[in-house]
Amino acid sequence: MIEARGLSKRFQDKKRGEIRAVDNVSFTCQPGKIYGLLGANGAGKTTTLRMLATILEPTDGTAIVCGYDVVDSPEKVRANIGFLSTGTALYPRLSSQELVEYFGRLNGLDEATLKRRVDEIFNRLEMNEFRDRRCDKLSTGMKQKTSIARTLVHDPPVMIFDEPTTGLDVMTARTIINFISECRERGKAIIFSTHIMSEVERLCDSIGIIHDGKLLAEGTVSELRAKYAEHNIEEIIVKVVGPLHSKSEA
Amino acid sequence: MNFRNVGIVYRKELTEWLRDKRTLISTVLVPLLAFPIIMVGMISLMTVMIGKAEKERAKVMVLGGEDSPQILEKLRQVNDIQIVPTADDYKKQISEKEIRAAVDIPKGFDNALNRGEEQTVKIYYYEGEIKSGFGRDHIDKFFKDYRDSVISGRLSARNLPPSIIKPFDIEQENVAPPEKVSGAAIGGLLGYMVILLSMTGAIYPAIDLTAGEKERGTMETILSSPLSRVDLVLGKFFLVLSASLTTAFLSIVSMGTSFYVVGRPGVISDKGAAALQLHIGLSTVLSVFLMALPLAVLFAAALLTIALFAKTYKEAQSYLTPMTFIVVIPAVASLLPGVELNSKLALIPILSTSLVCKEIVAGTFHWNYILLILLASTIYAAAALFIAVKMFQRESVLFRS
Repeated sequence: MIEARGLSKRFQDKKRGEIRAVDNVSFTCQPGKIYGLLGANGAGKTTTLRMLATILEPTDGTAIVCGYDVVDSPEKVRANIGFLSTGTALYPRLSSQELVEYFGRLNGLDEATLKRRVDEIFNRLEMNEFRDRRCDKLSTGMKQKTSIARTLVHDPPVMIFDEPTTGLDVMTARTIINFISECRERGKAIIFSTHIMSEVERLCDSIGIIHDGKLLAEGTVSELRAKYAEHNIEEIIVKVVGPLHSKSEA
Repeated sequence: MNFRNVGIVYRKELTEWLRDKRTLISTVLVPLLAFPIIMVGMISLMTVMIGKAEKERAKVMVLGGEDSPQILEKLRQVNDIQIVPTADDYKKQISEKEIRAAVDIPKGFDNALNRGEEQTVKIYYYEGEIKSGFGRDHIDKFFKDYRDSVISGRLSARNLPPSIIKPFDIEQENVAPPEKVSGAAIGGLLGYMVILLSMTGAIYPAIDLTAGEKERGTMETILSSPLSRVDLVLGKFFLVLSASLTTAFLSIVSMGTSFYVVGRPGVISDKGAAALQLHIGLSTVLSVFLMALPLAVLFAAALLTIALFAKTYKEAQSYLTPMTFIVVIPAVASLLPGVELNSKLALIPILSTSLVCKEIVAGTFHWNYILLILLASTIYAAAALFIAVKMFQRESVLFRS
């Protein structure tokens, strides 16, 4: 389970002074559920996800992931999550299989378990064709599959996906979306961020709309549809952040 | 700290490092080829230049001597010189390398010699110009030989033995062991090279493993794993250290082989070969490496820390290139004559190691200084490593934008 409790992150910028990238964000994601974190670019989604992955430390507040506090036990939190974002690239001089094995070993898997897990994932994601190919020779889709395999190799109970299908072709995106859906069926708690609303409708059990670092709206898709009298999720987002967005643009 | 994780990171970094063509060039090819190329080039150039200068018949101008046909005739018989017509601008001609030297024979030289009067022959030459030097030496030798023959003639005319002007001989014998001799000649160079190359060997991997990772976007990937920052830094640090020591080791092997090959009889003149002879044993090389080890640790940790600040590979290069000068200056200072190890200099990193390496190669082991230098260098290295670990824990450094 993931529980964000008043997560905040401030940065100091020489020109702009203090920047509140994330401001008092709280939400919960239960096992077997997918929580969609939606918002415009620069809204604070990636910073929030990075705090949940313990890559950044919260300035205020905290989060509990699988019973571990992100501030007090970051290494234990990381051992229980799989994190994929647009900033998590692959090592160019390792093969796809070597990369996944590397992260499996770092997650403490013994060699027999590692081999079994790698075979399972490579079969499921249809990666056998390029398992020995160096990552710098892979296509965008192959790279993204390798990244997903890297996040899953230790079978973590929590998955954090930040725009996992960006830039992918339809077939690869479909494979990944199906796989995320399977992860939910296997009882994983998943945080998912995307700009593709069809994926939100298909995957997310509940969503949170974030803007200027603040969580402005939260609920299931049907709850938000009812509350904002809009069927289209894109329109709901515009309704939630629209006035504030215009103000900040001005 | 988890040794297993440090090992996993190290193995992965090693795999990537060995697959990088730039690594092969900077760590293996350059150190292995640099010395043979420099040595062969230098020796070939020296041999050609000196051989050419020695073979040349030096053009020499004779000033005066019109009233001394005897000495002029003898001068004309010297094979190594070619007498050219006299001119007033002989100094200009020497400067412009048209002639190599000029010799001024005093008025009435032959007659004065017969009368036993003292007189001075003056040689004009251009200091620092090798061919002019050879011309001067030929004239000088001719006149000294001629003077000796005149003295012998005078002594025998008076029935006096040669010992009357040479009552005793002077002989010199070197008591310094061969390693001391080579130590004086190239001892400083060995320490200097180990230090400089352990630094240059660390630069590329230090950048690749920090700023390179940031630029490629893999830093965030590894930071999302359960690996602790300490284990991550140590895995990277050991790879940089390995690269640094490999470069230094290969350079020493290459340097040793080059000196051995060039120093063999017949490759160059015996005199030149003697100066290049390496009398450095394996234990000495190991001692130099032992002394350089804490310094290599210091370099690896310091370079990792500095390169981590950079956002891109290019930015890191601009930070680390000036570091080479910081290393070169104290290392060169140790080669200066008169700079000797003392307790204060023993605390200055790089300079102290370079100085102690010079002494070790020369066969001198000042154990008190060696221990002091090892202690000081180890403290500096540990501090640099500590700072590197701290830097890897700072978000402002890892995610600098």
